[in-house]
Amino acid sequence: MSKDIRIKKGLNINLVGEAEKSVSKAVASNVYAINLLEFHGVTPKMLVKQGAEVKAGEPLFFNKDVENMQFVSPVSGELIEVERGARRRILSLKILADKNQESIEHTPISSGSSTEEIKALLLKSGCWPFVKQRPYDIIANPEVTPKAIFVSAYVTSPLAASLEFSLKGKDKEIQAALNALGKLTPGKVHVSVGKGSDSIFSKMEGVELHKVSGPHPAGLVGTQINKIDPINKGETVWTVAPQDLVIIGELLLTGKFNPERVIALVGSSVKAPKYYTTKIGAEVSTFLYASGVNSENFRVINGDVLTGGKSQPDGHLGFYNNTVSVIPEGDDYEFFGWNKPVFDKISSTRSLTFSWLQPNKKYDLDTNTNGEYRNFVLTGFYEEVFPMDIYPLQLLKACMVKDIDEMEQLGLYEVAPEDFALTEFICVSKQPHQQIIREGLDLLYKEIG
Amino acid sequence: MSLKNNLHQLKEKYRGKKMAPAFNALHTFLYSPNETTHSGSHIRAVDDLKRTMNTVIMALVPVLIFGIFNAGYQHYAAVDAANGVIRQASLFGNFLTWDNFLMGAWTVLPLVIVSYGVGLAIEFLFAVMKGHEVEEGYLVTGMLVPLIIPVDTPLWMLAVAVAFGVVIGKEVFGGTGMNILNPALTIRAFLFFAYPTWMSGDKVWVHQAVDLAGGPDAISGETVLGFLAQGRATEMSYSVADMFYGFIPGSIGETSTLLILLGGLFLIFSKIASWRIMVSAVAGSLVMGLIFNGAVSAGWITETSTFYGLMSFEYWKHLLVGGLAFGIVYMATDPVTGAQTNRGKWIYGFLIGLISVLIRVFNPAYPEGVFLAILLMNVFAPTIDHYVVKGNINRRLKRAKNAVVLPGEGEGKADKLKAETV
Repeated sequence: MSKDIRIKKGLNINLVGEAEKSVSKAVASNVYAINLLEFHGVTPKMLVKQGAEVKAGEPLFFNKDVENMQFVSPVSGELIEVERGARRRILSLKILADKNQESIEHTPISSGSSTEEIKALLLKSGCWPFVKQRPYDIIANPEVTPKAIFVSAYVTSPLAASLEFSLKGKDKEIQAALNALGKLTPGKVHVSVGKGSDSIFSKMEGVELHKVSGPHPAGLVGTQINKIDPINKGETVWTVAPQDLVIIGELLLTGKFNPERVIALVGSSVKAPKYYTTKIGAEVSTFLYASGVNSENFRVINGDVLTGGKSQPDGHLGFYNNTVSVIPEGDDYEFFGWNKPVFDKISSTRSLTFSWLQPNKKYDLDTNTNGEYRNFVLTGFYEEVFPMDIYPLQLLKACMVKDIDEMEQLGLYEVAPEDFALTEFICVSKQPHQQIIREGLDLLYKEIG
Repeated sequence: MSLKNNLHQLKEKYRGKKMAPAFNALHTFLYSPNETTHSGSHIRAVDDLKRTMNTVIMALVPVLIFGIFNAGYQHYAAVDAANGVIRQASLFGNFLTWDNFLMGAWTVLPLVIVSYGVGLAIEFLFAVMKGHEVEEGYLVTGMLVPLIIPVDTPLWMLAVAVAFGVVIGKEVFGGTGMNILNPALTIRAFLFFAYPTWMSGDKVWVHQAVDLAGGPDAISGETVLGFLAQGRATEMSYSVADMFYGFIPGSIGETSTLLILLGGLFLIFSKIASWRIMVSAVAGSLVMGLIFNGAVSAGWITETSTFYGLMSFEYWKHLLVGGLAFGIVYMATDPVTGAQTNRGKWIYGFLIGLISVLIRVFNPAYPEGVFLAILLMNVFAPTIDHYVVKGNINRRLKRAKNAVVLPGEGEGKADKLKAETV
């Protein structure tokens, strides 16, 4: 059973620095870190103290609101630092890795395992945070039954890792994870692949397969949910990223939490962009300098250039990422940058900008905002890159004025900040769309829950 | 390089100070800023508000240059007419001449300078007072204003109107992007209602016509609409080509339909202005024109009627005279004050066209309706959008109501699931 979804609205951002299809093993990192800010909305309660010895897969902390949801250490070693911010909020945990890696072992799941057994294993093994929910774009609440689960194996984000390449040979793990997810919902598990692609996901059983085509954001799971089975008020769906299915699947099959994954190191500042095998939490420099950088003035992004988090060479690979992007910092002035003809940057207009002449050209973009923050002025542009049946400008404004009724009515339940990455990219007023949506979702969560 | 570094140091010096916005406005005019992204999208498209506004100004420059020549041309044509010589316009023969240019520049450029000077001064003042950056909206407004007023508008009058328009029309709402009414049209409306004698009649459209009135050298220049409104269509010596190319009296920038058309195509091509608004506004005005033509040919309106002149004017010619074309291309498409949804833009534009011609025909005192029609629709644009967005909201509500809580084949599974949970 497969259905075709064709997305027309959108924009493919073609950048220089795509990863070459070869994979190396990254040097083992000395220190691994868990960035707690990635787990949006989770109030952590520590289970171990600073200086404690932990094994790989051993719980470090749990979620205060859902106490059986545990977060585990990716490696065995010593918890050397608990970094705290304002009001003693825990920002990150650092683990100094041991030479000999030991893992906690759980009982693998058999085919006859019940829903509750699967849930319990995912929760205590540290794999549950891979399951995210909408509304609110947070880690799924295990007490709610989702109407469906969505996995997007169609990649359209700029420079993002190719799943065909990075997940090669992981069929067994992915199938096991999908089987288990199928037991967690009374509805379907929707998996989407690129039309005409030779994805390992098209061979998966027990799922509803969709073939998607079209420009970015066709590959975002939010776009696909909106086209396949949109979220209504009161409903919940879960989403899991394809690369995370591998870790879930391995846990179910072997009983071990294995944080190893193949990531793509990409971007125009990288000399030799390619794939690396590394672990969640590993220091970026362990693979960044193996590929080399072109200049000193660059930015490391944990994730793709549209949605990733700002990082450093001594930062650490995020929990959800399979891409690390490195692009030039744009902290320089440009003489008459606002009125001269532009050939080397992407534009959504044709106002002396000429990217429309070469839609397939690869651009070398930096982090400059290309203009200053302004009120919303232009209209009609966001709609061209926003394929959901939602009014993006009106929803953003509802979030800004904190009008909860309108936020609900205009469909805030259906979106995540990443869905507004493209509108943010083309925004003439340089408004922070993803932040506005994040704050809107947080407000809605606080008020309505 | 050194200029760049010096300016950078000055910027750092002024950071956080009161004068920072004023300095930054000048600085960002020379150099696009060194600002980088912090979160969200780490890369951004090249378009910013300055570039957008600049594109609109580029589309206005040909209209301004034509307006300068036409101001001179209309003056000399009126002098000839007073001496009993009827001029035939010819582009290279008697239009693009130094005399016309010098006379036109002498009258038009002061208007441009006053419009920009007063408006930008107020923008800077508000930016410094409120501590936000100077916004670019006035770059276009300042250019539009001189193009939509009669050539001999006294400079002090313009200065007062600009001050009123910028403060009341825009700044009190929070600046560019927050205003309800188009600032340029607010300025125009202020002039029209505060100084009506300077804004209508047969004397104001030609340079010096007011000064010379009553004397032996008296000249005049009635607009096409003026002739029609007074039922003097037969006295008019302008051909359709004159109207299309713009060799007719009128506000400085509104006469050349050809250049406005080219400007409109440029704005549509560059995607800056909404083609939906332009197309539907043209359609709206044609429909209204056709209705009036129909009323005349049905015999409901006779030649004795006050409205006969304008109602019998062929429907498509409405687009060639007066400010209709200029308003549709440059004013109705203002994204801030217009409808913001795509479907709303169709309705908004259509009603602007419709109401423009309606006011034009039924207001014999001042036969120009486009600026009033746009201001009226500015007020109604949020209402139009409200109902368009309401459609989306209702669709979502209906979807929620029809949603089957559990899909058909899932029901058995759900029971099993429940059994397991228990």
